Amino acid sequence: MKNKFSILLIVFFTFIFIIFYKGLNNSNIYVPSTQVEKDVPDLKVKLLRSQNEIELKSLFEGNEFYLINIWSSWCGPCREEHPILMNLKNQKNINIIGLNYKDNKANAEKFLRELGNPYYEILEDNNGSKSIELGAYGVPESFLIHQNKIIRKYIGPLNQNLFTEINSLIK
Amino acid sequence: MLPSIIGYYSLILGFICSFFIIFFSIRNFNQVLKLDTKILSFSFLQLTFVVISFLGLVLSFVISDFSNETVFNNSHTAKPLFYKISGTWGNHEGSLLLWLLVLTLFIFLFLLRTKKQSKQYRILTLLFQQIIIIGFFIFLLKTSNPFNYIYPIPSEGLGLNPILQDPALAIHPPILYLGYVGASIIFSAALSATVLNYISKKWASHIKKWVLISWVFLTFGILLGSIWAYYELGWGGFWFWDPVENVSLMPWFALTTLLHCILALERRLILTSWVVVLSIGTFTLSMCGTFLVRSGILNSVHTFANDPERGIFILVFLFSLIFLSIFIFIFFHKPDNKSQINFSWLSKEASILFNNWLMMYFLSVVLIGTVYPIFLDVISSEQISVGPPFYHRLIIPFLIPFLLIMAIGPKLSWISTNIKQKLNLIIFLVISFFLAGFIVVNLNVEFLINTILIGSSFYLFFLTLSDLFRNKLINISQNISHFGFSLLILSILFNNIFSSEIITNMKIGEVYKKDKIEINFQKIEQKKEKNFNSIIGTFNITDSENKSITLKPQLRIFNQPNIITSEADIKTTLFSDKFMVMNVVQNQEYFNIRYQIKPFMIWIWISVIIITLGGLVSFYRKI
Repeated sequence: MKNKFSILLIVFFTFIFIIFYKGLNNSNIYVPSTQVEKDVPDLKVKLLRSQNEIELKSLFEGNEFYLINIWSSWCGPCREEHPILMNLKNQKNINIIGLNYKDNKANAEKFLRELGNPYYEILEDNNGSKSIELGAYGVPESFLIHQNKIIRKYIGPLNQNLFTEINSLIK
Repeated sequence: MLPSIIGYYSLILGFICSFFIIFFSIRNFNQVLKLDTKILSFSFLQLTFVVISFLGLVLSFVISDFSNETVFNNSHTAKPLFYKISGTWGNHEGSLLLWLLVLTLFIFLFLLRTKKQSKQYRILTLLFQQIIIIGFFIFLLKTSNPFNYIYPIPSEGLGLNPILQDPALAIHPPILYLGYVGASIIFSAALSATVLNYISKKWASHIKKWVLISWVFLTFGILLGSIWAYYELGWGGFWFWDPVENVSLMPWFALTTLLHCILALERRLILTSWVVVLSIGTFTLSMCGTFLVRSGILNSVHTFANDPERGIFILVFLFSLIFLSIFIFIFFHKPDNKSQINFSWLSKEASILFNNWLMMYFLSVVLIGTVYPIFLDVISSEQISVGPPFYHRLIIPFLIPFLLIMAIGPKLSWISTNIKQKLNLIIFLVISFFLAGFIVVNLNVEFLINTILIGSSFYLFFLTLSDLFRNKLINISQNISHFGFSLLILSILFNNIFSSEIITNMKIGEVYKKDKIEINFQKIEQKKEKNFNSIIGTFNITDSENKSITLKPQLRIFNQPNIITSEADIKTTLFSDKFMVMNVVQNQEYFNIRYQIKPFMIWIWISVIIITLGGLVSFYRKI
């Protein structure tokens, strides 16, 4: 009994050790951009303006690039990155989709009236659960999507460098 | 220059002392003589060297010696003296040196304070502790030397992260470390007591002091961290379930459970397996926390710079300790005497045991929530983050039995009980739930769960309060801490239920009205401080009862490094906190304003202080 128990314990901790060891090697703390190749999850989302529910996937068509940008009117860094989004809006080949994170509608509208609206479509995420399902850590965060796959993930506000990177990707 | 050199060499000398201590300890172990005084002398010498080394680093920070890499990375000449000093442990290398300092200090105190214990037990504890100390020495010298020299000498340093420049945070790490390191003494003592079969009622009452003191520091350290997050990060809450917060909470769960087990052990010589496992668990969880935070394996706002080499070192060290403990536990541990285990389900033992299991459940929830993302990432390369809803859903329902048992448990006696004041207990229960129902029914929240939760907290609250008046000094420490806990849960619940917030954009001179609350943005001023410029907004807020207050949130623009932080302005009263932050909006004229009313905020801090106070009272009664 005691022997079996000890073997079990040792196997268990060895397993944890291996996982931690592997985790160390692909550690990823707040890297501003991560290369990922993941399918867009099946997710029902609500449009902020019309309050209609749609499939997230139905937004992405053909060979176009899409950028899901998680933002909120209360979030400081989101204001910082806003001009970048406004510039990005003028590029061909890319549509920006805003995911409004734990915000209230009036504030969100006001934010966009003030700073301009870079979004082709705005989705609502009242309790933050949609963002979590997408794999976000917080606001702001952006996901570059192509052919129904998330190809890049940008944690934190976008900046000029990332803007250039995105531009070169969508050419 | 010089302080760094002295610091470095005394660190090496301190390391060498370890080998002398081990040599004399092993030689002395089987001799009939008393404890060799050389062991004590070398322990003292080691402590002295580490203190000199630490002071060398502090001095390098004070004189801004940028030839030292740690100072260069984390300090700046324009920083106030207080933050130059606290900058010593505001970084990875310095904080490890502090760890080491506290480790050597505690083992020296342990040797001084245990003259009545058996010699073999003292020596074996010292040996286990030296294993940990040597591990830290190697870690410091090999991967995180705080005294690295850089040439050419830079003329200016990079500066300390502004959000770390805060008084609460300056003392938060040392206090927390005292708690963690105290746990290391408990770890070594429990292992050596297991090997020597030394666990007895007497041992329990001796180790209880160390458990208490670590517990007090750990609790207080967590509190300081939480206060800092509230005032400095400006997210408007006291706990965010951030991985770094979680790793300090996990040892706390283990240590609190251990404290209760020790009580049972001291009286009845039961739960020895619990005591040993928890002593090991508390320290390994603290180490595991250090690993998770320092290796950069977790995604967290507080993660320090990551370096895989460091991560691997701590990981290997941590698991060597775990395997060593498993080995000792399996080969040497003797389970409880069967005749002692007989106790009725209505006894103190049963209630302690039941709440122990609940505590272990809370611990597992937090542990899984914290490390699960790592597992998932490794196994399926999927990335998720676990948020507050996970913890709330899994923990809150189980608080109900936890609170009720906390209320009734201390009323029971050991072995089995005939409750004398049954009527009393039931009357209190009815009153508490009635009161809770009365409060909740008028609010716009879910009735059933909130009534039961608030009712259970009230129950604990009233029972402990009445005991405080009735029993005077019997069990006063337990009473104070349990009372504090009920107050904590009540404040958290009310804080959650009654909070309200307004978020809007305003420009100077604008007046915003909503629900009878009027916010008047009067002006902004600029001010130059030593290490930052600040923009101060003045807001006049009139509430529904026509009382008006002025709040002055700030934006601080630090030049070294260049960061803007927003400093919330908080007006604290006994009943609520009024909290305001502002942020810049791109087109300058507007500011983003967040105004929150947080009821009973200060009671969260007060109740944790009361909980800690209970521990302190118990500690002073011991000595």
